[in-house]
Amino acid sequence: MPGRKNEVRRIQVTGYQIRKIILEQSFRAQVGHIGSALSIADIVAAIYSSVLTQRRPGEKDRHRFILSKGHAALALYAALYLKGWIQKKELDSFCSDGTRLGVHPEIGLRGVDFSTGSLGHGLAMGAGAALGARLGHSKRKVVVLMSDAECNEGSTWETAMFAAHHKLANLVGIVDLNGQQAFGYTKDVLNLQGMAARWKQFGWETHSVDGHDQKALTKILRSVKTNFGKPHLLVAKTTFGKGVSFMENQIKWHYWPINQIEYKQALKEIRD
Amino acid sequence: MRGAFVEELTRLAAYDKRVVVLTGDLGYTVLEKFHDLFPSRFYNVGVAEQNMVGVATGLAEAGYIPFVYSIATFASLRAYEFIRNGPVWHHLPVRIVGTGGGFEYGKEGLSHYALEDIGMMRMQPHLMVLSPADWQQAQTMLWKTWHLPQPIYYRVSKYETEPVPNLNGEFEVGRLQLIREGEKVLVLAMGDLARQAWYGAMKLKRENIAAGVGVVASVSPPPTKQLRELVKQFRLIVTLEAHYTTGGIGSLVAETIAETPARCRLIRLGLTRLPRIAIGNEEYMWHKHNFGVNDLVEVVTRWAKDAD
Repeated sequence: MPGRKNEVRRIQVTGYQIRKIILEQSFRAQVGHIGSALSIADIVAAIYSSVLTQRRPGEKDRHRFILSKGHAALALYAALYLKGWIQKKELDSFCSDGTRLGVHPEIGLRGVDFSTGSLGHGLAMGAGAALGARLGHSKRKVVVLMSDAECNEGSTWETAMFAAHHKLANLVGIVDLNGQQAFGYTKDVLNLQGMAARWKQFGWETHSVDGHDQKALTKILRSVKTNFGKPHLLVAKTTFGKGVSFMENQIKWHYWPINQIEYKQALKEIRD
Repeated sequence: MRGAFVEELTRLAAYDKRVVVLTGDLGYTVLEKFHDLFPSRFYNVGVAEQNMVGVATGLAEAGYIPFVYSIATFASLRAYEFIRNGPVWHHLPVRIVGTGGGFEYGKEGLSHYALEDIGMMRMQPHLMVLSPADWQQAQTMLWKTWHLPQPIYYRVSKYETEPVPNLNGEFEVGRLQLIREGEKVLVLAMGDLARQAWYGAMKLKRENIAAGVGVVASVSPPPTKQLRELVKQFRLIVTLEAHYTTGGIGSLVAETIAETPARCRLIRLGLTRLPRIAIGNEEYMWHKHNFGVNDLVEVVTRWAKDAD
């Protein structure tokens, strides 16, 4: 199927473009969280290619996307820019005085329906959005992208119970399982081993997937049954700092900004 | 009061399908009527206040008017950041209903007292903070505010006591209600203590002190315009609230005096420290913490003597 092949190629290009923008903007603004943003570039590309395909940001019955791991907002801004919802000039204002594009996403920016930044908050709002869709007999889906360390937050599990109990099938959670958090590897901070099993135990339909395999991601996001049944949880295994060899799985790139030499090297690597 | 509040809410829900109720597993014997009439718009989310407010935020974004219900301290303190980052920052019409403020859960102990809820809520811009003084006012308040676009915190008493004299169920956003005329001295009270303020004024009358009484139910937005006039008109204002004296209506009046060219004196009656006694019925606790009706009479009488 040449059409499908082209599509996968297109999403891969989007993933590359998102990475490029993440590097450009974080270098320009000298802001960190690069590794966390790089690890979700392919997931964000897949979400915007398969679920959030609407033309305009304010469409009434639009699907909702909540970037619960708000610190990776650069990946989201890149996607919004590639959709044409924010202009280059605005993208280039990332983290400068008076901008609407901070380290964490805020409402007021076209295409952002929920502000995030405090971990463990996005899934609850997403469950409300999913319940709202059901009450209004709408078929819209709600996709919430979380970090693995966000599962340290008790509130995440409050919602995990709630969404399962009320069978919010239109709620699709994604855990970016990159194995890292601010101070170290998740296995050393609070062991989250058996992530999928945990969610399954809480009553979710779990799907394990390579978080850099856009074909697989897109397939799951398109095919999950969202009209009836359990809420969905994609455990997306990712590599922190994916695409840049010296960042991959390195703790320092949670916060560290990038210098000129590293920047050039990184750009070259993601292109290759 | 909460029975009347829920009764009014049930009436509104019949009229407006956007009204949804979420409870943090509280309100047994109070919320059943709503549940029976509108089962698809009633959710007991379990003992999980953060999730409750988060879900309400998502529902409000989808166009609903969710009322979240819990004991005042759990509804406000436990979910505080979710309230700020959720309905406050998103400008969404979530309603937080906290029952049993102050020492109303007197037999339950410190964990159940809401002694700083009003102060914390008042600090959030655009969050309306309302504390009705009796069931009639609670109904009027709900009827006048349920549809407003901003988030609201209602501190609702769990007791179904007699109405406050002369209040007649009046309420207006950003206004206080004067229920008794006075000279020189004015008592401003919040919630249940409005009735105590009235009794205090009656006792003061026997001492030949004509104390006025005002009910502050619209804590935020505050009745600023009226307060500015009152601090010019009266020589002493006493605030009475089942709350720490910082953050509540005592602070509100202090701020007004500080920003108004007036020479009004202020005495704030309320809790000034961690409760010394953990358990006791509401009136006992007020008395033991020096903000009962006798304390009110005493501070005013003493002031009047000094003023002569």
